[in-house]
Amino acid sequence: MSLNDLTALELSKKIKDKEVSVKEAVLASFEQIEKYDEQLNCYVTTLKEDALKRSEEVQKRIDNNELTGLLAGVPIAVKDNICTKDVLTTCSSKILENYYPTFSATAVENIEKEGMIVLGKTNMDEFAMGSTTETSHYGITRNPWNTDRVPGGSSGGSCAAVAAAECFTALGSDTGGSIRQPSSFCGVTGMKPTYGTVSRYGLIAYGSSLDQIGPVGKNVADVAALADVISSYDKKDSTSVKREYAFYDSINEDIKGLKIGIPRDYFSEGLNEEVKQAVMNSVKELEKCGAIVEEFDLSLVDYAIPAYYVIASAEASSNLSRFDGVKYGFRAPEYEGLHNMYKKTRSEGFGSEVKRRIMLGSFVLSSGYYDAYYLKALRTKALIKESYDKAFAKYDVIIGPAAPTTALKIGESLSDPIKMYLGDIYTVSANLAGLPGISVPVGLDKAGLPIGVQILGDCFKENNILKTAKKIEEIAAFGKCQIAGR
Amino acid sequence: MANVISDETIEYVGILAKLELSGEEKEKAKKDMESMLDYVDKLNELDTEGVEPMSHVFKVNNVFREDVVTNEDTHELILKNAPQQKENQFKVPKTFD
Amino acid sequence: MEKEYETVIGLEVHVELATKTKIFCSCSTEFGGAPNTHTCPVCTGMPGSLPVLNRQVVEYAIAVGLATNCDITQYCKFDRKNYFYPDNPQNYQISQLYLPICRNGHVEIEVNGSKKNVGIHEIHMEEDAGKLIHDEWEDCTLVDYNRSGVPLIEIVSEPDMRNAEEVIAYLEKLRTTIQYLGASDCKLQEGSMRADVNLSVREVGSDKFGTRTEMKNLNSFKAIARAIKGERERQIELIEEGKKVVQETRRWDDNKEYSYAMRSKEDAQDYRYFPEPDLVPIFIDSDWLKRVKAAQPELREEKLLRYEKEYDIPRDDALIITESRKMADIFEETTKLCGDAKKTANWLIGETMRLVKENEMDVADISFSPENLAKLIKIVSKGEINNIVAKEVFEEIFKNDIDPEKYVEEKGLKSVNDEGTLKEVIQKIVDENPKSVEDYKNGKKKAIGFLVGQTMKAMKGKADPAAVNKILGEILNAV
Ligand SMILES: [Mg+2]
Ligand SMILES: [Zn+2]
Repeated sequence: MSLNDLTALELSKKIKDKEVSVKEAVLASFEQIEKYDEQLNCYVTTLKEDALKRSEEVQKRIDNNELTGLLAGVPIAVKDNICTKDVLTTCSSKILENYYPTFSATAVENIEKEGMIVLGKTNMDEFAMGSTTETSHYGITRNPWNTDRVPGGSSGGSCAAVAAAECFTALGSDTGGSIRQPSSFCGVTGMKPTYGTVSRYGLIAYGSSLDQIGPVGKNVADVAALADVISSYDKKDSTSVKREYAFYDSINEDIKGLKIGIPRDYFSEGLNEEVKQAVMNSVKELEKCGAIVEEFDLSLVDYAIPAYYVIASAEASSNLSRFDGVKYGFRAPEYEGLHNMYKKTRSEGFGSEVKRRIMLGSFVLSSGYYDAYYLKALRTKALIKESYDKAFAKYDVIIGPAAPTTALKIGESLSDPIKMYLGDIYTVSANLAGLPGISVPVGLDKAGLPIGVQILGDCFKENNILKTAKKIEEIAAFGKCQIAGR
Repeated sequence: MANVISDETIEYVGILAKLELSGEEKEKAKKDMESMLDYVDKLNELDTEGVEPMSHVFKVNNVFREDVVTNEDTHELILKNAPQQKENQFKVPKTFD
Repeated sequence: MEKEYETVIGLEVHVELATKTKIFCSCSTEFGGAPNTHTCPVCTGMPGSLPVLNRQVVEYAIAVGLATNCDITQYCKFDRKNYFYPDNPQNYQISQLYLPICRNGHVEIEVNGSKKNVGIHEIHMEEDAGKLIHDEWEDCTLVDYNRSGVPLIEIVSEPDMRNAEEVIAYLEKLRTTIQYLGASDCKLQEGSMRADVNLSVREVGSDKFGTRTEMKNLNSFKAIARAIKGERERQIELIEEGKKVVQETRRWDDNKEYSYAMRSKEDAQDYRYFPEPDLVPIFIDSDWLKRVKAAQPELREEKLLRYEKEYDIPRDDALIITESRKMADIFEETTKLCGDAKKTANWLIGETMRLVKENEMDVADISFSPENLAKLIKIVSKGEINNIVAKEVFEEIFKNDIDPEKYVEEKGLKSVNDEGTLKEVIQKIVDENPKSVEDYKNGKKKAIGFLVGQTMKAMKGKADPAAVNKILGEILNAV
């Protein structure tokens, strides 16, 4: 068994037991990167030299018993919209092609405190706007299971890197499903914690009221442990919330008596039959383990995506206005006067999907349309939140698919934006309502592509979704990715 | 009811968003926006009368900083990424007539 | 027949709050640092940075709201105002539109003896922008973000004013009130208080408002008065010519005494406000309100009433002293130390104000301590120095806050009361000026003044005038 087959927790234990050195772990990851990343393109930036240097420091501190955390010494990949001090951070956009943040995100500080080692920055849809990692300025990322397929998005680089063992674990971000959907496509486990659990300080904002950093890992235990590492109450983020318990401690809790709600609306038209069967099978298995399963009508499912796109685009149009060629990043080489400089810089610096959302966002906030679109979306959000509150009064978790299909063919969804947006139908409402959600792989379809199950919990109830995910994982015994073309 | 986005509207949104679209891009943007808005109009099926718009999910209030200076002079770091600078200031095309 | 027009004026006043740090980050608000030295990722709009609200800003805003009779919004929020301009690093300003912190207030003003209320529509909190400097050499603009994120309150009045006098009275009222609260130093020249004037005209008797314009760049009361006159005339002229007044923002040029439209086709004036997602709402409960109320210092009106009762000084003097809290504080402190309100008032109204004007200073910049003024008043009363010397000593106190006792001692400025010395000097003067003595004897009592003057001159001003008068009288009577 190669080093790269270890989970993050197994690796850290072996490092602490002196069976493996931190440096060996880092080198093993880079061996994999060097072998596959030219084809897969999971990374925008790799940091081999830095990582090797840091592995020595970390080794010393582990040897001195200064670093004793569950994930000490583990190599990790960080999505490229999370700021890393003095390390290129691009959001996969041309407009940040030369941006070196002067500070690290709180989540990055937390993984460094744990003694984890950042291998590099992973590819994503530009500014996290997309579900396929095809809108990156730095080329598409391919799905390791089948390189003709997309890895999903926007955290496609992070999820593909975990699947391809180009890292042991990774950070992603989730605004409308951007961790859960690519986790499902890549056959890895990814969680979006409750809004506010992981500080957004240093996460380059897309939709501020929806964005959340989260862990991606090879299994539920790794994800829970990494969630513990990155979560912290942060005075620099006004929307940060205090957390009451350790996620890792909850994964082995019994699920006997757990009340599971199955939203009928998630299993209607548009859902791929194989995905549907896989999800239903795992629910049946959970029932056998003592869970109580009940179908119910969640309602409002069809309104989540339009509400989401209005809110996310509106916030994005404002969040992305700071990219103007004045303080950092790309500035167009030729322009006449200030306003022309703004226009040229932004028109040349942003890709078409980003421009599309900025335009939509500017429009829905503009005078005369604010009430009809933006306020309407916020009211819809309130109703959606209410319908989840009702559901969670009855159920501990809600289970459904993470995405309507398995990984799509490259180029398939880009032509029709609405169709692409519909791919987020099961994930966006968790962001609107601030809920935690996790995607865990349960099997492969006939084409050999991974299928993910999504478990949603009430706010702050990560423990419920983690223990359910852990049980599903045990039942499914999902294998590791055989990288295509190996 | 299908939305129709006029040339003026696209032009206007371009001014707001500081985006300059080529003729072809403009046509595409119009179509995209029309179909997005048609789709978003689905929200009109919902009766939201009397529903309070929800901007923040949690009822967290009153998160404050105390009024104490803790930041030091970091102008070199701040200016490090500037596309153009002069005498420790960001340099931009003139704003005065 | 000539039509008569009425001017309708409302004001938007921006006041820089006296916090130590900026509104959303821990950078200093200190004035005059080298460019960009008071900046951080938050106030330069670095990607990934997030704002955190300074509690003191809310406290000040509530205090100003209460002092201007506003309702305090229990549940208020920040909104984003979106527009592109390089002084604004995020290209949006965090401000308040939908739920401003204070609403429905008013202040009372007095012009030519008649009182009236000016309504306050709202007061909201927001962040200031950076500074743009035109670089002549390269014909470009340079941006300094030291002021970016400095906390402001914007006080929006109702269109209740009708002329420049009322506008200035309103501004002075706001200024003293806010200074008394310690919420800002409100210096117009330095820009810590800025007023934008919304003005329209209408025929007398009409109850409909005309189209208004907004004038910016007014940095003195004089400029405001001229701008009001100029804009009124411009609008009347347009109307008389049958043209329309365009609703727009205009920049007042005080040298040319004319306002210019600031509109550009690149600015749509569509700010796309929406609730700021990075900040949580503010909930102001009754306890908080009570605390701010309890901490509110005595304001000017209350002081005026108390001064009349407690100190028995004329209202006109009390008005001058209470014009700023700084002056009132010095007055009260000094009076407490020396026990003489009248003399204290005289020093402040006379010499202090003279020196403030002479040095083109603001009363807020007065730096001498009440202790030293009180000492001075005491040694003058004791006759240790005379008034002429006292004025000299006061200039030193005003400039360098010296201890007058030590100063007088060191410089040997004490009045000479010693009869022997004085007699000798006076005898000599009397001997040298027989003509004056004769005049005096002939009933020209004025001549004594000349002799006193000569004596003081001979004593280099250090003689006690009372003693000189007494001895001179004795000698002359003896002649
Ligand atoms: Mg304002
Ligand atoms: Zn700052």
